[in-house]
Amino acid sequence: MRTIGLLLCGWLLSAASVQAAIDPSLLKPLASEDSDTKIMAIAALAQAAPDEALPVLKALADNALAVSGERLLIVDGERVFDAASNTEIKPAPVARETIGINNRVRRELSGALAALRLFSAEREVRWQAAQELTLSADAKMLPLLDKALAAETDSAIRARLQLAHAQASLGSTDAGVRHVAVRALGESSDPNVRQLLIPLTEKRGDAWIEPDSAVRAAAGTSIRAIEQRLAWADNLGRAFTGLSLGSILLLAALGLAITYGVMGVINMAHGELLMVGAYSAWAMQSVFRAYLPSALDWYLLAAIPVGFLAAALVGVLMERIVIRHLYGRPLETLLATWGISLFLMQVARTLFGAQNVEVANPVWMAGGIEVLPNLMLPWNRIIIVAFSIAVLAAMWAILNLSRLGMFVRAVTQNRAMAGCVGVPTGRVDTLAFGLGAGIAGLGGVALSQIANVGPDMGQGYIVDSFMVVVLGGVGQLAGAVWAALGLGVFTKFLEGWTGAVVAKIVVLVFIIIFIQKRPQGLFALKGRFVES
Amino acid sequence: MRTPFIVRLGRSFDARSWQLVGLFAAFALVAVPVMHLLLPPENPLYLSTYFITLTGKILCYAIVAVAMDLIWGYGGILSLGHGLFFALGGYAFGMYLMRQIGRDGSYQSDLPDFMVFLDWKELPWFWVGSDSFLWVALLVLVVPALIAFVFGYFAFRSRIRGVYFSIITQALTYAAMLLFFRNETGFGGNNGFTDFKRILGFSITAPETRVVLFGLSALALIGTLLLARYLVTSKFGRVLTAIRDAESRVMFIGYNPLWYKLFVWTLSAMLCAIAGALYVPQVGIINPSEMSVANSIEIAIWVAVGGRGTLIGPVIGAFIVNLAKSWFTVSFPEYWLFFLGTLFIVATLYLPQGVVGLWVRLRAGRRRDEDAPMAVAKGAEA
Repeated sequence: MRTIGLLLCGWLLSAASVQAAIDPSLLKPLASEDSDTKIMAIAALAQAAPDEALPVLKALADNALAVSGERLLIVDGERVFDAASNTEIKPAPVARETIGINNRVRRELSGALAALRLFSAEREVRWQAAQELTLSADAKMLPLLDKALAAETDSAIRARLQLAHAQASLGSTDAGVRHVAVRALGESSDPNVRQLLIPLTEKRGDAWIEPDSAVRAAAGTSIRAIEQRLAWADNLGRAFTGLSLGSILLLAALGLAITYGVMGVINMAHGELLMVGAYSAWAMQSVFRAYLPSALDWYLLAAIPVGFLAAALVGVLMERIVIRHLYGRPLETLLATWGISLFLMQVARTLFGAQNVEVANPVWMAGGIEVLPNLMLPWNRIIIVAFSIAVLAAMWAILNLSRLGMFVRAVTQNRAMAGCVGVPTGRVDTLAFGLGAGIAGLGGVALSQIANVGPDMGQGYIVDSFMVVVLGGVGQLAGAVWAALGLGVFTKFLEGWTGAVVAKIVVLVFIIIFIQKRPQGLFALKGRFVES
Repeated sequence: MRTPFIVRLGRSFDARSWQLVGLFAAFALVAVPVMHLLLPPENPLYLSTYFITLTGKILCYAIVAVAMDLIWGYGGILSLGHGLFFALGGYAFGMYLMRQIGRDGSYQSDLPDFMVFLDWKELPWFWVGSDSFLWVALLVLVVPALIAFVFGYFAFRSRIRGVYFSIITQALTYAAMLLFFRNETGFGGNNGFTDFKRILGFSITAPETRVVLFGLSALALIGTLLLARYLVTSKFGRVLTAIRDAESRVMFIGYNPLWYKLFVWTLSAMLCAIAGALYVPQVGIINPSEMSVANSIEIAIWVAVGGRGTLIGPVIGAFIVNLAKSWFTVSFPEYWLFFLGTLFIVATLYLPQGVVGLWVRLRAGRRRDEDAPMAVAKGAEA
């Protein structure tokens, strides 16, 4: 290892010329049976032709390097390349033997690979290499790390390298160096670094593993600092999943906040409106797959208006045919809309089958942002949080800035008076209900990205969304927002303690008790009501 | 002088109703046993086991429907939690049946199979004594009543009503369902209680046992109807109806609605539990899906279809809906939900008083054709 490091330094100073092909004589020893020869060959190769050596060494590490007579070959599935010139060989030689490596060679090889990549021109490659080094650095690599640190300009990679440097220094014989290293490692928030430090505070037999007491104490402090940071990241992660659950609850409940909260119509088919939205997303995916395969990744954008309109249409029909005849009779509305929900479920089952349909995440929603080593925020969750904020803002704007919103508020406050001054109350009811249903459809589009899409999917959300509206208090959006976020975060933190099902039960019981105390919800409208 | 209770009870039905009750009792207690046990299967009058279990099951449902009608039709409180009380009664009695299996289970242990499976060494505290029939009978009555009382006390005291109450009861039932689905809570998880073998030492699948259970269900239904009729015709029933129609006025007159509502709510829960306890040995299984949201709402539709605020209506409704269900699920399973959904919509839109109301209206219509126009106003009101 040390040899490789030193050789590499030499290479750096001499700024090796770029070669198109590797001298076959450098490659040949790689096929040797002797491990020491191999290790020497790896070092020599890395020094002589750093850029070209990378694919060869990688292939060696992946067991994809083969020897055929005098030639070395890189095997990539069906295709075979010449290792020296990196050109494809056709037809592929049949008589070839894969070069095997033992663990010792593999260790040396991974170090060499990481070192090679540390000086790559690509930032991404350097970043990856630095990350890998954080867990495998040892004292022999110190000179190399020093060199890389001096050359590195990217601050994130520098921080990584410094960590690796500290880790490598742990093996130093000088207690002062170890002390500095242990303190530096305390800056990390990687659980693996904690694992690395823990042995320093433990005894093996009677003797301390770390002989120097000052270093031991520093290690203890560093471990506590890391643990604190880890716990913090854990809670942050939980808060985020809670936020994400809350935003889903919010999307599911926002439509209800209009239909139930503002209009006073209790709609048990709300979950099925979510289902309509989710199936719209699936339908758009199928349409794009059939007619616009090149733009398949963007089907979700098309699904947003389609989901809204489909659910709004169903909502308007529901209102026109059934609900309008039941205004002022909430219990009957409850039963009738339950009937509608059964009907819609069966329609979905008849049209699309009883099985769940498969809705794929677009590529741009895959992956996530790594905030901390143990905290990853997935893109689809982030996008849903952002989406629910956007929907909320749009809804607020419609209710407070548009003419329709003004009419809706007027009808809510005093239906007779609104009618007297010329508000078409009947049409406003229909439109408001359609709006609430459409927002449920948007929620369904979002849900299709993280939940199963099937005929029964709506049933799972109906209890939750009513809880949000009831908890938040009827008649306003702010209550629904706080209730949804509060419930989401509360549930997720509870889940950490008790498990998912018990958390759900606890939350339901909590709401039941809460409603006893504040029957009007968190944000009761002020006023005097005898009979509402 | 105060009229003796038995006389008042007798007076709560008129002569024709008593005749109907007698006819029904004679059918259930005499005709059914004879037609099932004594007639050979080839006889056209022979009643099959399928008929006995199906009808027995619906009789239990009818008790639940009457209980629901008491609280909804007369009290104006729509509960979406009656499935819970029904299931609680069923579970309590189901545990007795589990204990009756004894060592005949697959693990030959004194404990029920599902507990052996979970490697439990003894019964959890709440099932201690569940091998005694009397203790379990007490459990069936007391546990649901207690839960209903405590829940109702706080809910009614906070003046939670209308849709709010419905949603809260729904949440309660949903939470209980999640709890019962758990394996470690001692209720058998997903599978619940099943594979019963004996009841009071008699084989549970024997035709005689079935007939007795059927008769008991019929008697329970008659008892429920009598009690309900007595209640709604008494002063208590009038106050209850008044609370339904104008709660604030009743309060201003000086009644406290809390106790009226609480009484009828707790009673309704107990009736449901009895129905559940009779249901389990006839059907042979109890599992948490009985507490699902859909089941509790279905109870409401039996009442709505039959006719709220009448006592015979819920019984008729329970029979109509459940007979339709067993017919559909066998012949056209894919259309059952369409039918049920339509029933919910039609019943609420066009049959506010259910089939009983429709019957009354049709009769009033016929009478109007025959003579005075006076009946029109009355018929429209009904």
